[in-house]
Amino acid sequence: MRSYLSYFKLKFITGLQYRAAALAGMSTQLFFGFMYISIYIAFYESGSSNLPMKLDELINYIWITQSFFMLIYAWYKDEEIINMIKNGNIAYELLKPQDLYLMWLHKILGERLSQTILRVLPVILIALILPKPYTLSLKTTLPALTISLIALLLAILLMGVLVTLYHVICMFTLDEKGIIAIIMVAADILSGLVVPIPFFPKYLQNINNFLPFRYISDFPIRLYIGNIPLSEGIISIIVQIVWIIILFALGKILANIAIKKATIQGG
Amino acid sequence: MPFIMVKHINKTFKVPIKASGIIGTIKSFFNRKYKYIKAINDISFSIKKGEIVGYIGPNGAGKSTTIKILSGILVPDSGEVKIDRLIPYKDRKKYVQEIGVVFGQRSQLWWDIPAIDSFNLLKEIYKIPDNEYQKTKDELIELLNLKDILNIPVRQLSLGNRMKCEIAASLLHKPKILFLDEPTIGLDAVSKKIVREFIKKINKQNNVTVILTTHDMADIEALAKRIILIGKGQILYDGSLSKLKKQYDYLRKITVITKDKVHLQKPYIVEEKTFEEGIEFVIDIRKIEINEFIKLISSKMSIIDIDVDSGNIDELIVKLYEDFKI
Repeated sequence: MRSYLSYFKLKFITGLQYRAAALAGMSTQLFFGFMYISIYIAFYESGSSNLPMKLDELINYIWITQSFFMLIYAWYKDEEIINMIKNGNIAYELLKPQDLYLMWLHKILGERLSQTILRVLPVILIALILPKPYTLSLKTTLPALTISLIALLLAILLMGVLVTLYHVICMFTLDEKGIIAIIMVAADILSGLVVPIPFFPKYLQNINNFLPFRYISDFPIRLYIGNIPLSEGIISIIVQIVWIIILFALGKILANIAIKKATIQGG
Repeated sequence: MPFIMVKHINKTFKVPIKASGIIGTIKSFFNRKYKYIKAINDISFSIKKGEIVGYIGPNGAGKSTTIKILSGILVPDSGEVKIDRLIPYKDRKKYVQEIGVVFGQRSQLWWDIPAIDSFNLLKEIYKIPDNEYQKTKDELIELLNLKDILNIPVRQLSLGNRMKCEIAASLLHKPKILFLDEPTIGLDAVSKKIVREFIKKINKQNNVTVILTTHDMADIEALAKRIILIGKGQILYDGSLSKLKKQYDYLRKITVITKDKVHLQKPYIVEEKTFEEGIEFVIDIRKIEINEFIKLISSKMSIIDIDVDSGNIDELIVKLYEDFKI
């Protein structure tokens, strides 16, 4: 275990070095948060009725999504791993006395957490001191906080196994463009990052409940802001665990097949 | 049973053929054609513990493919490989603990951080105990003279220094076998010498078995007593370098600067060219020894200057490739 954690540690430390990238990312997130909220305020003020989320819930949802953005968008690609597959440096990866799948899972989690950690706090702090109606409110109850923290941890794991899975698939396709494009369209919409899930038509919401994407971002965040009742949360946590097991197993099996069939690019 | 045993291995790659141009690309989008390339065709050999073997052949002969199979990262289509009682591609995780591999054209060091951080990571990956790691690391730093370069980010190192770090990285876990795939590619004369001497040293001190591929024949001359020559996926020669030399490297060019005009015409002279300042002979040293020949010509002419071309191993290899039509 320790030998895998070392990747996590290294990725984490190197990721923290890039201060300018963190600053740029932070301003992007603030800009998008501000823009989304302005649009929704205009939308709500136009007097539409039957809206599925209260405005202050929606604003909290947007700020939390934006602050955790680097962790929860699903079409992430790990340049190092992709390059390694393309140019054949994966040879060195296979020379390590380790499981390739677990190695990549730790690398991906380490990289994404390091990118996130520099953004979460500043974005949240700035959003907290914004004037009404833009301000973020973190008011919650202890049970809601506990359960949504569990949901968040599982969401990170679920993200990890999903992202690792399509990196493994790249070992067969030897290129990432196709698969990333598919994931990008499907996951971005279905995880509620473009439009929050409650605004979806009912039938799409029902389908979406059986897919893994919304359990990465939509579910833990809406649970936290109180848009999903805790009782429903428990069931969704079970769904999260089931998806983690399925995607983990799938990724690992495919990785083993890929290793047997591997062609190492380049001489 | 030999330490390394390779029996009748084969490996074929399936390569998509893409026509060029827009129309060709569209065509191959719908109807992809493949061709099959036999990279390795029935190769067998065995290697004893502690040997240094030079694995040579022209580009595309199958050298790297063999190294990849031997190091457990490629699976052969058929045949059998057993190294130190393990099957590399079946017991990969256990097997790779015992080997070190350096691909001269790739890097296993983290690009953005100093080599020492990569070393520390490798310590965790290979689960090397603290004191053992410290000892091996100090030894390698001493032998390869790494003290001043370990703390510089790898991307800022010269190729020679980086290669020294790469080799050190591959030896931290004290492997029994070291695979070197073109370790001296692109290095200057000094770095090449350091790398060669180091390989010799660890082979002697730690009885590490070394398998080396290279295009630099000076590497082979300095290191390997035994060479395996491979071409088009097949073994063409397996034996000592000196024997190969006797077999193929028998012509010597002797240039004599002289004012005398003499014609010798003997069976052991393959070529005789007269030019303004003197004569150029190509002789067959299987038929006459060089000193005999020099004695003879010095009795026939007054020699102002003489130059004996001692035979170039590169030319030997070219001759060899031509002979085997590879």
